[in-house]
Amino acid sequence: MLITTVLNGKSLRQEVPADKTLLDFLRENGCLSVKRGCGTENCGLCTVWVDGTPVLSCSYPLPRIDGHEVTTLEGVREEAAAFGAYMAGEGAEQCGYCSPGFIMTVLAMERELRNPAEEEINAYLAGCLCRCTGYSSQMRAIRKYLEKRHETD
Amino acid sequence: MRQISQKVRKLDAQALVTGMPVYTQDIVQGPYLTVKIVRSPHAHAKILSVDASKAMKVPGAACVLTHRDVPHVRHTLGGYAYAGSNPYDRLVLEDRVRFVGDAAAIVAAETAEAAERMARLVKVEYEVLPAVLDMDTAEEAPAVVHPEEDYVCKPSIRNGNARNVLACGESGNGDVEKVFSQCDVVLEDDYHTLGNSQCMMETFRSYSFYDKNRKLTVISSTQIPFLVRRTIAYVFGLPISTVRVIKPKVGGGFGAKQSLVTELFGAAVTIKTGLPAMVLFDRRESFTATTTRHEMKLRVKMGAMRDGTVRAVSLYVRENAGAYGDHAMGCVGLSGHKSLPMLGKVEAYSFRYDVLYTNLIPGGAFRGYGATQGCFAVESMVNKMAHALGLDPVEMRLKNIPMEGDVMPAYYGETLTSSHLDRCIRRGKEMIGWDEKYPRRQTGSHTVRAVGMAASMQGSGIGGVDKCFATVRLDEDGRYTVLNGAGDMGTGCDTILAQIAAEVLETDIANVHAAAVDTDYSPYDKGSFASATTYVTGMAVVKACERLIGQMMAEAAAALETPEERLVFQGDCILEKDAPENRISVSDLARRQMTSGNCHAFTATCGHMSQTSPPPLMAGFVEIELDTQTGQVKVLDYAACIDCGTVINANLARVQAEGGIVQGIGMALYENMQFSSQGKMRNNSFLQYKIPSRLDVPPIRVAFDSSYEPTGPFGAKSIGEIVINTPAPAIADAIYNACGVYMTELPFLPERVLDAINNKAE
Ligand code: FES
Ligand code: FES
Repeated sequence: MLITTVLNGKSLRQEVPADKTLLDFLRENGCLSVKRGCGTENCGLCTVWVDGTPVLSCSYPLPRIDGHEVTTLEGVREEAAAFGAYMAGEGAEQCGYCSPGFIMTVLAMERELRNPAEEEINAYLAGCLCRCTGYSSQMRAIRKYLEKRHETD
Repeated sequence: MRQISQKVRKLDAQALVTGMPVYTQDIVQGPYLTVKIVRSPHAHAKILSVDASKAMKVPGAACVLTHRDVPHVRHTLGGYAYAGSNPYDRLVLEDRVRFVGDAAAIVAAETAEAAERMARLVKVEYEVLPAVLDMDTAEEAPAVVHPEEDYVCKPSIRNGNARNVLACGESGNGDVEKVFSQCDVVLEDDYHTLGNSQCMMETFRSYSFYDKNRKLTVISSTQIPFLVRRTIAYVFGLPISTVRVIKPKVGGGFGAKQSLVTELFGAAVTIKTGLPAMVLFDRRESFTATTTRHEMKLRVKMGAMRDGTVRAVSLYVRENAGAYGDHAMGCVGLSGHKSLPMLGKVEAYSFRYDVLYTNLIPGGAFRGYGATQGCFAVESMVNKMAHALGLDPVEMRLKNIPMEGDVMPAYYGETLTSSHLDRCIRRGKEMIGWDEKYPRRQTGSHTVRAVGMAASMQGSGIGGVDKCFATVRLDEDGRYTVLNGAGDMGTGCDTILAQIAAEVLETDIANVHAAAVDTDYSPYDKGSFASATTYVTGMAVVKACERLIGQMMAEAAAALETPEERLVFQGDCILEKDAPENRISVSDLARRQMTSGNCHAFTATCGHMSQTSPPPLMAGFVEIELDTQTGQVKVLDYAACIDCGTVINANLARVQAEGGIVQGIGMALYENMQFSSQGKMRNNSFLQYKIPSRLDVPPIRVAFDSSYEPTGPFGAKSIGEIVINTPAPAIADAIYNACGVYMTELPFLPERVLDAINNKAE
């Protein structure tokens, strides 16, 4: 089928097989930040945004992006680097394989929740698995980042 | 010290957090063949025939390989230095399959879709054989997992193939039975630990091709680049130097990538077709067709006096090797050698083991490597003994742990050259608030809060076995490059090694570049495993930097026309002690390599092997809430204090600890690998095999109390593995303190805890 989409700000018209996953489509279109940890909607590594809302690209039907906007980490590199600096400051990117999906979810949370409490943050990010860090360093990074953002608001 | 113990950022942090293409699948370029494996649906079968005709008709089909198309060379996939004693019991493909998921054939095609279709169309005719699915009956089982005549193993492992015995052995010191007879209390119990899946987020993958010089090149997500190279060369009959292995960023390993997993399949296809080939295992294959932590059954017997002194201990371990012996020997050894020495005052100990083959997924390396299982059993028994004697488990530890300077007979007779374990125990006790919380508080009509603790040790490399090199060179612009072959799997060891170099070279970390591993350019290293990289490779870096400084001093002496002994190295320059204006900067020295006819290249490669493996030590304390109506255990707090020697990177060490502890909590409470009566793994996805999410664990609190290890770089020992060991025994004891039942089988699922509570009530 023919789909029209805006990928990281660029218009794209492409003939695609309807059964392809959004994840594979994105990687084939150069968005190599998008990672697959499971393929069964359990890990969150493949998180990207469709019209600004986080979705799991491993199982999101490709036809549904027709006429919609898709954003990957490649499309928000500056913001990712700004938050990522806090992760780096905590050593929270260990193997880093979960980082793109995690960062996309954190940046979406930041847009959605104002001054979230720790439980709200954990609930929002519950779908993002990480096998390396045990999550504590990620929380420290988020807290420090949000505090800083708050100060400069 | 300027670099050591600082919170230095990982050198590749920026690339990782901005999603740069740095992992295996990101850096390979098409077109390439996609490789798929045809897998056995049977736990044990003979392959009578393979019909590839239909599969080869699929458009884009490249090849179907069967056992006739690969070399008949028995090997092991377990990555281990030259002295390894794992049996050579594998072929790339064989006319026999030994577990559900074992490889029966390899297919390759131009697209992933075509390869998948091919895999479905290959017709394998099996003769199903009786399977050995339980290690307890393996010895009497009618089926033999490895009947082949060309099976290779060392006589020292005391193999009994015909009875499915991979190995057996014993070691000890003194007359345990005699000492038991003199003890006030002797307790005995059985413990059972299950297989666990390592579950690193990047599944297994490798990409093979011939480079422009016809060199077989493999880009692999591995912890052991040099051992991958050696094994490929061995299996395919190639000189080692004609194979090249490149390791890009790796998305986690935890030991899983201390085995070859995909590499031989891809290499077979590239050798057959001459074409680039990509092998990528999905999550289900990663669960079912690779390796797991070894299932173990452990019997501990312990004898103590009324004052709490443990005088004798014996441990008998049955280890389930699964279908192949990849890491069976190392793991079973550690179950005793890294648990028993924690009883530092015993007059006698004995350690015996049997390792059994079964038709289940092979055991392999997983953080802790057998020590974790041993720690669960022995530490649980120490707690039980404390309760039996009416002593506080903390006091029990302080009475029995080995102290700095003690000789540890159960730890290869090594001397404990550095230990702050006593301080770690006291500190951890304070952190959790033990005195206020021990043993329990009722918090509701059916909720109880309780605390529990355990102590543990691991090693730092394998003494007298692990050999690692490092190369350090001064580049044209006065900066340095550190080359290593270790295989950073995401732990940040490249950064650690750069920090060590920066410290010796008295420069800023920004002036040190750490190069990725490429066996064509990197110096040999046995790989990133056995908690060795900081301790062993780190020392090689120290030596190489010192030699490099020597080279620079000699050249400076010539340039300044001043005898070397009058000069000092000051990081950015070399100057005359008594005439500091007589100096040459490091950048000028660097340039002299290109401008002065007599100046040699400033580059130094040094190797290091430690004869000992000094143990890091730690104490872990947990607070749980138990719901006595449901059996649900919730971890409320985890406090750990660790002696890993000098902490090289404060952030990375802490995150290693936090991550390892959470993996240990997963092992204790959730990760429940189960097989059907036909030997098929039941939980082969993250839906069924639950690893901890951020909702399952509290913030982990970690403190360090560092001793100084004289044989390590700047006093460092290791941190990577020890951190997974304490949660299972600590949580088990917290459950006991909460409700009076001993949990001896992992994991502590609610229904099991509830059963135990109900049984006790009866
Ligand atoms: S890959 Fe999509 S949720 Fe795991
Ligand atoms: S950092 Fe490795 S999975 Fe999260």
